[in-house]
Amino acid sequence: MLKKLRVTLAAIFFICITLLFLDFTGTLHAWLGWMAKIQFIPAVLALNLAVIVLLVLLMLVLGRVYCSVICPLGIFQDIVSWINGKRGKKQKNRFSYSPAKSWLRYTFLAIFIVALVAGIGSLAALLDPYASYGRIASNLFAPLWQLGNNFLAWIAERVDSYAFYSTDVWLKSLPTFIIAVVTFIIIALLAWRGGRTYCNTVCPVGTVLGFLSRFAMFRPVINADKCRSCSLCSRGCKASCIDYKNHSIDYSRCVDCMDCIDTCKDGAISYRFAYGKKKAAAGPSAPKAPETGAGEKETGTSRRTFIASAVMAASAATLKAQEMKLDGGLAEIQDKKIPDRQTRIVPAGALGISHFAQHCTACQLCVSVCPSQVLRPSTSLLNLMQPEMSYERGYCRPECTKCSDACPAGAISPVTVEEKSSIQIGHAVVIRENCIVERDGVSCGNCARHCPSGAISMVSLEGERQFKHGRELRIPVVNVERCIGCGACENLCPARPFSAIYVEGHQIHKTI
Amino acid sequence: MDKRYTRRDFLKIAGTGSALAGATALGCTPAGNKNTVSDAPAGEMTYRTNPGNGDKVSLLGYGCMRWPMTKDEEGRDVIDQETVNGLVDYAMEHGVNYYDTSPVYVQGQSEKASAIALNRHPRKSYYLATKLSNFSNWSRENSMLMYRKSFENMETDYFDYYLLHSIGNGGTKMFEERYFDNGMADFLMKEREAGRIRNLGFSFHGTQETFDYALSLHDKVHWDFVQIQLNYVDWKHASGRNVNADYLYSELEKRGIPAVIMEPLLGGRLSKVPQHVADRLLERNPDGSVASWAFRFAGTPSGVLTVLSGMTYMEHLIDNVKTYSPLVPLNQEELDFLEETAQLMMTYPTIPCNDCKYCMPCPYGIDIPAILLHYNKCVNEGKVANSRESENYRKARRAYLVSYDRAVPALRQADHCTGCGQCNDHCPQSIDIPHELHKIDRYIENLRQDTLQTTD
Repeated sequence: MLKKLRVTLAAIFFICITLLFLDFTGTLHAWLGWMAKIQFIPAVLALNLAVIVLLVLLMLVLGRVYCSVICPLGIFQDIVSWINGKRGKKQKNRFSYSPAKSWLRYTFLAIFIVALVAGIGSLAALLDPYASYGRIASNLFAPLWQLGNNFLAWIAERVDSYAFYSTDVWLKSLPTFIIAVVTFIIIALLAWRGGRTYCNTVCPVGTVLGFLSRFAMFRPVINADKCRSCSLCSRGCKASCIDYKNHSIDYSRCVDCMDCIDTCKDGAISYRFAYGKKKAAAGPSAPKAPETGAGEKETGTSRRTFIASAVMAASAATLKAQEMKLDGGLAEIQDKKIPDRQTRIVPAGALGISHFAQHCTACQLCVSVCPSQVLRPSTSLLNLMQPEMSYERGYCRPECTKCSDACPAGAISPVTVEEKSSIQIGHAVVIRENCIVERDGVSCGNCARHCPSGAISMVSLEGERQFKHGRELRIPVVNVERCIGCGACENLCPARPFSAIYVEGHQIHKTI
Repeated sequence: MDKRYTRRDFLKIAGTGSALAGATALGCTPAGNKNTVSDAPAGEMTYRTNPGNGDKVSLLGYGCMRWPMTKDEEGRDVIDQETVNGLVDYAMEHGVNYYDTSPVYVQGQSEKASAIALNRHPRKSYYLATKLSNFSNWSRENSMLMYRKSFENMETDYFDYYLLHSIGNGGTKMFEERYFDNGMADFLMKEREAGRIRNLGFSFHGTQETFDYALSLHDKVHWDFVQIQLNYVDWKHASGRNVNADYLYSELEKRGIPAVIMEPLLGGRLSKVPQHVADRLLERNPDGSVASWAFRFAGTPSGVLTVLSGMTYMEHLIDNVKTYSPLVPLNQEELDFLEETAQLMMTYPTIPCNDCKYCMPCPYGIDIPAILLHYNKCVNEGKVANSRESENYRKARRAYLVSYDRAVPALRQADHCTGCGQCNDHCPQSIDIPHELHKIDRYIENLRQDTLQTTD
């Protein structure tokens, strides 16, 4: 009964949280966004006291149910482990009791805390279970989902329906993708072999919650009088925390999956209030140390050099004097390249670079919901996997606040459309040599035409070529006081591969 | 946006109920006995005689500007030669004997592809027309090069009809520069004497002044024919700086110059009409297509030598062959009916783009005709909302945005238009293209931001 309840709740949470990462339209967030916000690390980073208190109370009353029901990575491991167990009795009962690897657990916890305090967000992000799952979902599951959607859109287009529209599937960052793949493989392997090995040796959240769940009011307890020491519970315990010989359970590792209650044929295990009659169990001293997975740390060898800034020789498209202008055809469009920004750009609501870096757990939720292909995981070593903005594929649309609505960790705090229109996250810089007005002597002004804050003016170009095609030639200038750094100018600038106007990020965001 | 958009009410008028009770013939044959509607008849094409030399020209002429395209191994756009051969064979079989091309059509591929298809038939069995399309460089050398190249491309030693291409764009001054200052007109007249050009004429888009000037040279040059834009909208309601077709035609008739008709269908705008306009036309003639009205209109004046249609698809070719096999001329009452139809269509704020692609390629990669055509389609289908308060706003908004992304790739959409205006010189319909693109862009931006106001 209890197990069924646990499985049902876990399934709901798992599916819904996964959907948050898959739904590129961002409509589900209004309903399910809270599921990301009650994740432990995001709540801590967001200083979301209510959630933290609630989770602590939950642990103190019911034990580590968080790990079994709320944590998507935990449920993911349960699924992998369950699939292995389905192969037969032998596989199902492949576990055995092993004492806690305390030194590993504390080492990882210490690394995690130091990383957080020192502001090395990407290292902390590597260990956060929710973020790990987010990266797996957004890098591995979401593309499949989108391809499926695109197929439906393809059909819809043919039956003249507007129910589906196609979306671009693109590799947002190779290092992050590799990390997601490596994480996926390591965690799946560990779960396949040893169930909850990761949760009980590596996961810092598991370790912290383990402290609390030791004192949980309700917990599974072995009734020594009924127990015949058949070892069935130990062999079926994916957390390897039941010492049947001593009739004791390591509550710092037990995730309250309730499997053992059903497994025990003698009804010796029950989930009950634990402070009634206390029965001191001898401290677990392991006779044999079984081979449980040595906590492997993902080695994100995915070092990637910055974008090769070797600027190609300006490919002056030598427009040869044609003998005739032919009708039709489309001019080739070069892809835009990312300029070497001195300061990276983070979304409105992030308050500034350092606040953002300290709070972001790199779960990729904002990257998943960004409809403009602006957000993508950083490739720089210090902020690896944390999102940043770039405008070569789109720009930060004035009507969109999806990332700020989605962020569970307080790295991007919620902003309204109105607030966003006055938050300066960067400012535009003009590179006159690239501007087609100067280069080709044609009139343009596309940046000024699309600037949502009216920060760009077109001013007369000095010199001889003042008129072309009956229009006065004017070049753009930026009033940095009004510019909010949305990147409309950069994205819509006709100069390629490098725009003639681009955005530099600001260390600290300000309201104009 | 324009106030004129409020004319959405028309959709309601759409009296679709063309419930013409199927009056089955009494007696003999029961209903449901006929297998299919018969194919276009062969051998019944209407022919007109060129008063100058007695050429028997089919009323339907083939415009070689819109050949079907495919991709070659390297992904480039090339003409689908096999399909073209099939189209030309069908046309020849059904009596179409006038083929009109130009060195610049279809990215410069049209002359060769048309010749490949036509050279499979005896040279005497059809009339070939091409043009001196010296738009970008009209030096004598370059113009001569273009003239000679056409012979090479088409593997022929004479042209039945040769045109000075699209005079009027750029006014009288450019007309002089392109053909008279460089001596090309004199040269072509000599070629006519030598028999390498059987008929010399010009095609016209532009202001009345240039047209009048060109006709004033008739005594000197002797125009054997003139190609004009004529259809039931342009007859009295030419767009931009173009001249009404009734004037153009009557000036030619006065001088006994045969008229070759282009844009009888306005690049499809007279077949892809708003639904209730279509209903109106179909109700009047349930057996004919919407397009057949436009073709009958263009073919009715007796001074018309041939009506050119750029038929990309076999269906269009079959339909047009049917319309002219033989032509049933319009009577006065039907002409009035079409004039009313034209006025009705004018109330729709469509952009007069005929998809001729003269503006292309845009140096910044914009797909201009695709954007304009998509807009027109949405106008005709009632998918252009007027304001946020409009009844159909939500639906129209989604339909517009989703179909826009489908019709035009993101990087080729209107928001990338720089407004440089290089396209404007090429548009035979004198559309202010950047102005229209920016208008559409503003509309889309309003949809995206959800801030569409009537008073915009």
